[in-house]
Order: sequence, then C-alpha cells, then structure tokens
Amino acid sequence: MAHDHDHPHNKPLSDTELRVKALESILLEKELIDAEAIDLVVETYETKIGPRNGARVVAKAWTDADYKSRLLENATDAIAELGFSGVQGEDMLVVENTDDVHNIVVCTLCSCYPWPTLGLPPVWYKAAPYRAKVVKDPRGVLDEFGVALPEDTEIRVWDSNAELRYLVLPKRPDGTDDMSEEQLADIVTRDSMIGTGLVSAP
Amino acid sequence: MNGIHDLGGMDGIGPINPEQNEPVFHDDWEKRMFGMFISCFAGGHYNVDEFRHAIERMDPAHYLDTSYYEHWLSSLETLLTEKGVITQEELDERKKHIAMEDA
Repeated sequence: MAHDHDHPHNKPLSDTELRVKALESILLEKELIDAEAIDLVVETYETKIGPRNGARVVAKAWTDADYKSRLLENATDAIAELGFSGVQGEDMLVVENTDDVHNIVVCTLCSCYPWPTLGLPPVWYKAAPYRAKVVKDPRGVLDEFGVALPEDTEIRVWDSNAELRYLVLPKRPDGTDDMSEEQLADIVTRDSMIGTGLVSAP
Repeated sequence: MNGIHDLGGMDGIGPINPEQNEPVFHDDWEKRMFGMFISCFAGGHYNVDEFRHAIERMDPAHYLDTSYYEHWLSSLETLLTEKGVITQEELDERKKHIAMEDA
C-alpha cells in the first residue's frame, strides 16, 4: 500500500488534504469509522439522492391534482409517498409559484437544504454571496441567474432552518399539455426548485 | 448568538457565480469529509446543532476565506478534540507523517 496516492505526483497535498487524511486515518485506526461505509454514503449522494427526486415530486404535482393538494397540505408525507424521506428532509414545506407569486429558498445562517428531494446543495447555495444578497435584493440575485420576472410579481424568500426545509413547486410552462409525467420530470431543473430558475418547455 | 455566519442582508460580499453542471463533490477530500461527517454523526459523537455551532465558532476571517467542506473539517476537528475522542497532538503528528510519505 505504498502507493494509494490519488493525486498527480508533481502536486504536493494541500494543508486541507493533509488534515482530512490525518483525521480519517486516526478515526479508521480507532475503528470509529468504516472506509467502505464512507464510500457507500458518497456513492449514494452522487448517484441516487439528487434533484431528479424533487423533479418527480414536481411532475406528479403538475399532473395529479389530488397529489398536489396533499403536497401543499403536508409536504413531508406527500414526498414520502414517492419514497423520498430521511436526513435533512424530516419536515418539509412546499411553496407554490403562481402568476402572482415567486418563491426563493435560502439558508442565511448556513446550508439547510432538502437533501432527500434535491441532494446536496451546490457551492453557491452554501457560500456567502447568495446568503447575504437574496434576502435583501432577490431580483438582483435572479438577474445573476438570468431570470427576469414581471415587476408586479411578489417575491417571497424563505429562510430555511434546521427544523424546516423548503421546496419550490415551479410553474408548469405553457405548451407542455401533451407531455407525460416522466417527460415533465425531465425538464424540471434543480434551480427551479430552489427558486433561482424557471422551468421552460423543451 | 450573532456572528459572521449571520450573513443575511450583508452588502458587498461579491457575485454569486453559479457553476454550470456542477459535480456533487469537487475533490476527493470533500467526499471523505462528507462521509466522515455522516459516520461520526451516526456514531453519536455530536448532533447537528453542535456541529453547526462549532462552525459558527470559527475565526470570522477564516470562516469567510474557506470553503464549505473546510468548515466541516474545522467543526469535526473541534468537536472530536473537545470531546476527547482524538487529541490535537495525534492530528498534528499524523499530518506530519502523511506529508513526509507524500514527499
């Protein structure tokens, strides 16, 4: 095992990499963590738990009025109907975009995000600029994402916390009446469920 | 308690710069960091509030200057040493050893 290096040899490990490797090596030695369990958790969040889950929730709400009512009434249970539940999604609230209202989600204090439906948050969601600006200048933030809304649209910004996580139900775009639930799920983007994007017809 | 983490409404922090087609993790060490967080949490070494509080106790300048998973690293080191699960000396020595092997 002299060479389980995972980086090119001309580049020394950074201080952060060294600290992470030191920590992992000590925790492994003390048998407090299991390397394979870590691999599995990483793979799960890379391949299974991500915004495709949330897109299925949205597509079902667009095509099944009863489901949409349940989703807006009790999001946690309605989302669990599709098999999505657990860590960082224990209590969910779905907020609906309409012709008059546009919703945006943030966690100003840290990085709260609905993992079971959207996976792990993108870097910008967790970084200072978005957290600082979106509560004060949401239209400026939307502009940075290339989204322009009519002047009379009310914008509601929801600040997530450890107890409650939000998912935006975006507006179904015009011209998608003939699309199936599966086809609709394919056009729902991560950003549209955070509120920094809109869904467009293909 | 307020602090540097309480960023809502602060001006002049800079552009958001969203990355297109962003990967779930940007580097191998981020994956290990994420896995260690989940494993140690499952092992009952801290709860999520303690974990976040340890991030909020970071030096404010360092907080703004480091990435998300570096915050996690800092928090995990802080909590595990405070709780006596590991010592700072162990961490320092192991880091030195790994750096020597890497050279």
